[in-house]
Amino acid sequence: MCLGVPGKVVSVNEDIAEVDFGGVRRDVSLLLCPGVMEGDYVLVHVGFAIQRLEKEDAMETLQLLEEFIRG
Amino acid sequence: MMEKNILLAHGAGGRLSHDIVTELFLPFLKNEILSPLDDSAVLTVEKTRLALTTDSYVVKPLFFPGGDIGRLSICGTINDLAMVGAKPLGISAAFILEEGFSVEALEKILSSTKSAAMEADVMVVTGDTKVVERGAVEGLFITTSGVGIIPEGVDVKSSHATPGDVIIINGPIGDHEIGILLARGEFSLKGQIKSDCAPLGKLVQKMLKACPTIHAMRDPTRGGIGTVLWEIANASDVGIMVDEEEIMIHEEVRGVCDLLGFDPYYLANEGKLVAFVPREDAERVVGIMRADPLGRDSAIIGKVVDQNRRKVLLKTHIGGHRLLEPLSSVQFPRIC
Amino acid sequence: MNQCNRINTVGNVDSMLMGISRLTDRTFRFMEVCGTHTVSIFRSGIKSLLPKEIELVSGPGCPVCVTPVAEIDRAISMAALKDVTLLTFGDLMRVPGTSSSLSKEKAMGKDIRVITSPLDALEVAAREPERKVVFFGVGFETTSPAIAASVKEARVRGISNFYLLSSQRLIPPAMKILLSSKDAKIDGFILPGHVSVIIGKEPYSFISDEFSLMGVITGFEALDILEGIYMLLCQNKEGRSEIEVQYKRAVKEEGNPLALEIMKEVFKTVSARWRGMGMIPGSGMALREEFKEMDAAEIFDISCEDKPDAPGCLCGEILQGIKTPKECSLFGTRCTPQDPVGPCMVSSEGSCAAFYKYGG
Repeated sequence: MCLGVPGKVVSVNEDIAEVDFGGVRRDVSLLLCPGVMEGDYVLVHVGFAIQRLEKEDAMETLQLLEEFIRG
Repeated sequence: MMEKNILLAHGAGGRLSHDIVTELFLPFLKNEILSPLDDSAVLTVEKTRLALTTDSYVVKPLFFPGGDIGRLSICGTINDLAMVGAKPLGISAAFILEEGFSVEALEKILSSTKSAAMEADVMVVTGDTKVVERGAVEGLFITTSGVGIIPEGVDVKSSHATPGDVIIINGPIGDHEIGILLARGEFSLKGQIKSDCAPLGKLVQKMLKACPTIHAMRDPTRGGIGTVLWEIANASDVGIMVDEEEIMIHEEVRGVCDLLGFDPYYLANEGKLVAFVPREDAERVVGIMRADPLGRDSAIIGKVVDQNRRKVLLKTHIGGHRLLEPLSSVQFPRIC
Repeated sequence: MNQCNRINTVGNVDSMLMGISRLTDRTFRFMEVCGTHTVSIFRSGIKSLLPKEIELVSGPGCPVCVTPVAEIDRAISMAALKDVTLLTFGDLMRVPGTSSSLSKEKAMGKDIRVITSPLDALEVAAREPERKVVFFGVGFETTSPAIAASVKEARVRGISNFYLLSSQRLIPPAMKILLSSKDAKIDGFILPGHVSVIIGKEPYSFISDEFSLMGVITGFEALDILEGIYMLLCQNKEGRSEIEVQYKRAVKEEGNPLALEIMKEVFKTVSARWRGMGMIPGSGMALREEFKEMDAAEIFDISCEDKPDAPGCLCGEILQGIKTPKECSLFGTRCTPQDPVGPCMVSSEGSCAAFYKYGG
């Protein structure tokens, strides 16, 4: 449940981050996800960052596929 | 099945808007000219076919990136004439002003109205102004009507789409509705997207010159291309297939759709048209469109088929299929 | 948009579909618990690509579908009170109550507004101190921490005209009830990716431990969903029944502990009624005593008696995967997408609305 959209943190001001979603920007609360820095990717739901996204893990899906095609 | 009271959804341009016209207005007003419910009415005077159309403009905010209510009021009506292939002869403009409205703002709007009319090669030939008490309208409403002549040999109707026709759009979808949403500052979003509000009359004239036998055209305003394609499929009793990969959507529009859970196929456009062109003329028409500033991103997005009549099938970006139904109600932002 | 989501290329999808096809050696019934998965599945056209032997069933993770009539009625009554501004997420606007909906009431002039974040509710309350701003808080574990954080923030900022009408629910208890019903024949679960971002993996362990079924915590892109299905099929092939994470880029095994902590600080678990499933203990969230002054249900004198679902409406069983839309006597006659009776028809991608469009 729930629309969660990944976005890139453009700037941080205490517990609010400005997050970019393909050119659209929204202020996002970091109350549930402190320690986020400029340049990080976060998953945003109802105006809150709920998780920092790990880029490496995104690549894992592609890797699984490559293994599959080979094997 | 009619409600007891008018809902905002009745003005949203989807199924309920269609219902209110067919179930409430038509029973009183129907006649053979009105009933096809095309963008413009066609009246025949001796051998000449005149197109007549009218629209009211109640947009908020009055000023937005890409235009204002004045520009919109000209473009919307010009486009309705263009969708039946008519060359505009003249526009009427009636203004309902709220007591206290700023004269400076009105001047800006009138200036836009003038520019849009010049762009469209048309004049505002008659008009009206009324002033109502504070609160009776929010700022300003404009109603424009347009009359035009349909050249001989041109017969563009929603019911004329034919199996084999190629479907062409002149650019990306969703810019107007998202531009307005951002301009309203709704939902705490900031962005650069501008309304695509533009008069399409001259572009359409070029298209018709290259191919006078264009079968159908519609501008996907409220309700978006999802609704318009469905309406044509039903008016023509044909099937439609469109390819998601060919339908351009600006990244920012996609971003807003992702954030709010909107389906981009139902977003309003004010400078777009979908044209149903005989297959043999399609490439030529696309070429003509791409040479025009309002058609640079023109693309073939689908075709008309004999199967799955009255249905619109969208081939998704992963090669699957989904049905596009007309919008039943206003799209509300979702969290789930 | 970042490259995390640019993974749905057709080439990748084709390979995944081949893998799925190879492992589909019988019929399977997988339930996607989450309404957002249902929408993703619909919009990407996945069903048209899967082998016919794989049936996807929509589950109860959809606030549109499971919020009882009584709670919609209560919100409507709240909006009718003097000086009340009712704020809601858009999802609930069209859900029918006994005789109206929030969207109809708004059309009649009630001060009902759509917001997209509970923090927006605080802004409205701060800007309009003369209004009693009631936030109709619906959602699952993904949303509750955000609502909890907003409640705390209201206190920090000294906002005294903000109230929460809580209608929040928890997923695992509902799934337990679903699994305990002998009629639901589910082979595995596509588990909700974003709920899991908060709660992690552990709360689903009963699925494999007690019921010997499989579950894969899945993301929302088409390729994520296909990979989730592929992983379920792999488990089946290898005779495993485990809870796995497909959505690794967002879901950590421990979830988001801070979010959970904040949620528990503000909310206590209570019994809650789920439309079509009845009362489920420990499946709802209510404000703790310390936050009583913001509890709309306490402060405003509006009752919330149980109301029956419309007679003949089978949404409850449909949501649990026990019955199909065709078996409902109201389907397509009294209940259509334009004029829905039950929630499965309200959501444009709900089981019944989807069935209506595709004609079964």
